[in-house]
Amino acid sequence: MRTDLLTESVDGLDEALAAVDAFDGALAAGLLRPQPAQAAGLTELADAVAGTPLADRVAEAAEKAAAGAAGEDHFVALAAARTALLGSVHDALAHRVGEATGRGRAAADVPAPTAREAVNLLAAARSWLSDLARCGWQGMDHEVVSGAAQVVSAMLPDPELRRLATLLDGFAAELAASCPGASLERVPERRWADLWARAVLLTVPGAAELPETGTLTGRLLPLGVDVQEHATAVQAQVHAVFEPADGSAARLVRAGVSVPKPDTVVGAGLWQLLRPHLSLLEAVGEGRSMELTDMPVTAEGDLLWDNERARAGESADAFVTARVALPTATDGPTAPLDRHPSRIAVPVFLEGYAARQDDDESLYFDLAGSALAVDADRIPSASPLTPEAVAKSGACIGLLRWDAGRFVLQALAVESTVRKKAVALHAGAWAGGTTDKAGVKAEKAATDAVKVLRERAGKLLRK
Amino acid sequence: MIAPARPRKLAKVPFVELADGRMQGVVSSGSDIGRVYVSSIAASTYAYGCSTNNNRPCGGARGWYCNHIRALIGEAVLQYGAERVARYLKVDLADAEPSGDSLIDAMFATRPGADHSGAAATVFSRFLRHLAYLELAPTTAPLPEMQWFPPTRAVA
Ligand SMILES: [Zn+2]
Repeated sequence: MRTDLLTESVDGLDEALAAVDAFDGALAAGLLRPQPAQAAGLTELADAVAGTPLADRVAEAAEKAAAGAAGEDHFVALAAARTALLGSVHDALAHRVGEATGRGRAAADVPAPTAREAVNLLAAARSWLSDLARCGWQGMDHEVVSGAAQVVSAMLPDPELRRLATLLDGFAAELAASCPGASLERVPERRWADLWARAVLLTVPGAAELPETGTLTGRLLPLGVDVQEHATAVQAQVHAVFEPADGSAARLVRAGVSVPKPDTVVGAGLWQLLRPHLSLLEAVGEGRSMELTDMPVTAEGDLLWDNERARAGESADAFVTARVALPTATDGPTAPLDRHPSRIAVPVFLEGYAARQDDDESLYFDLAGSALAVDADRIPSASPLTPEAVAKSGACIGLLRWDAGRFVLQALAVESTVRKKAVALHAGAWAGGTTDKAGVKAEKAATDAVKVLRERAGKLLRK
Repeated sequence: MIAPARPRKLAKVPFVELADGRMQGVVSSGSDIGRVYVSSIAASTYAYGCSTNNNRPCGGARGWYCNHIRALIGEAVLQYGAERVARYLKVDLADAEPSGDSLIDAMFATRPGADHSGAAATVFSRFLRHLAYLELAPTTAPLPEMQWFPPTRAVA
């Protein structure tokens, strides 16, 4: 692993991000009656894609938006331009990660969309997002933001619309917590524009499809679990090395499960909601491999998990997998629309570093003269892994990410030496359940909470 | 990003939220399992409301924060932390330590009136919407957008 490459500058990155920031500034102030500075920001975005097939449509959209006359199609064009720019940033960063890990990457072969979604709901979502763009973050209030609730409620039950619904739900909750926008001291412009642009693109029929492109049969060796959550949704993703039964080359895959949830279900309650639908979580907790038979998979290497097509295999230590199988496995490709720096989450293994904490408590792994930043906050709360353990570790399985202008390492598991013995701690150790005292207590509290809510739901929802 | 809610017991107050410019929620009746109270306090004015889900006014909430409203404040503090509740309701605690009690004292000292905006029906339907999340099926299809929502060890 060439960690030194991760701190070197990437050509063209600053220029691309400057054009993104220019647009984000224009969006923040709202596009109802744009000021000259906003018009300049829109033009900067259009100029940045002038040499691409998007050029004409984006130039027209920027002009209309600058005049305060943008329609929904114009917003889609602007979101597409911003997405294309960040796609190029993604590609440059992914290339750099590939140089650092020395692993190969499979080519993307993504099938054309079939666009089966309920088009009226997509239109309703786009209309809300357009309202939002006209207000801007500075002009938004409770009334505008609450317009998302009905669309989200209608979308959530439909699996085809789950991607957009889950995004809008988390986004709207975050905006609501910041209303009214006029009184905000600091606006997370890049983040909210990211969420807005992705949501706008997902309102294009077919854009959210990630269809099955084949099936896998062979052995799955888990590396670790990554959890993502907002107030009303959670997703757990297991990163793993897959060894095909036919002896062909090993590849990196993911297997995930997600579910919408009430905001009071947290901690161990998240594992409880997820574990029945992904038997792999139990295997991870027990340190086992799994044998897959005809498991469906997408072009990106996401398994469309089905408990019926997996059975528990032999014990498999994640650190052995990381040391032996990971270096020669191939990384999965990224679907064209998913190309965004936030999507980078590449499994890596590091050892022989010196963990160092700065005065401001930020953590670094010093390795061969370079310092890699570590995000020790990105760990699920129901887990035996702690930031303190990461800071004392000697070996780490992690995900390489890119955040706020630099590469950072998220720990999935660490090894440290306690009384001359190597002890491993995994972020997902409690995913399948636990006998740990603190873990058992958290499980009990979560069970009680969900029981109360189910009781109420039984009484009130079916009246 | 918003820090996740802190875990709390839900039997007494199954639902509390900071939304629509109010701290609002649903409080179980102490005597009747089939009945709930919908209680709220408005930000800035601290105007209070409490009624059953069938719109019968609460007998305890006449010129006073009833026990349901007090329970709501207590659980909101558990779920969101006293500081976030104080910030949302725009309560000036002066030098007092942020807590459920200091919040009640500070708000009540302003002699708040009753809230006649009739929010109960809205709050109750938001509670039903909240419960409906438990009925939604999990999926093993990937949600790439969740990458924007990392977990955090920070609590509300
Ligand atoms: Zn009452």
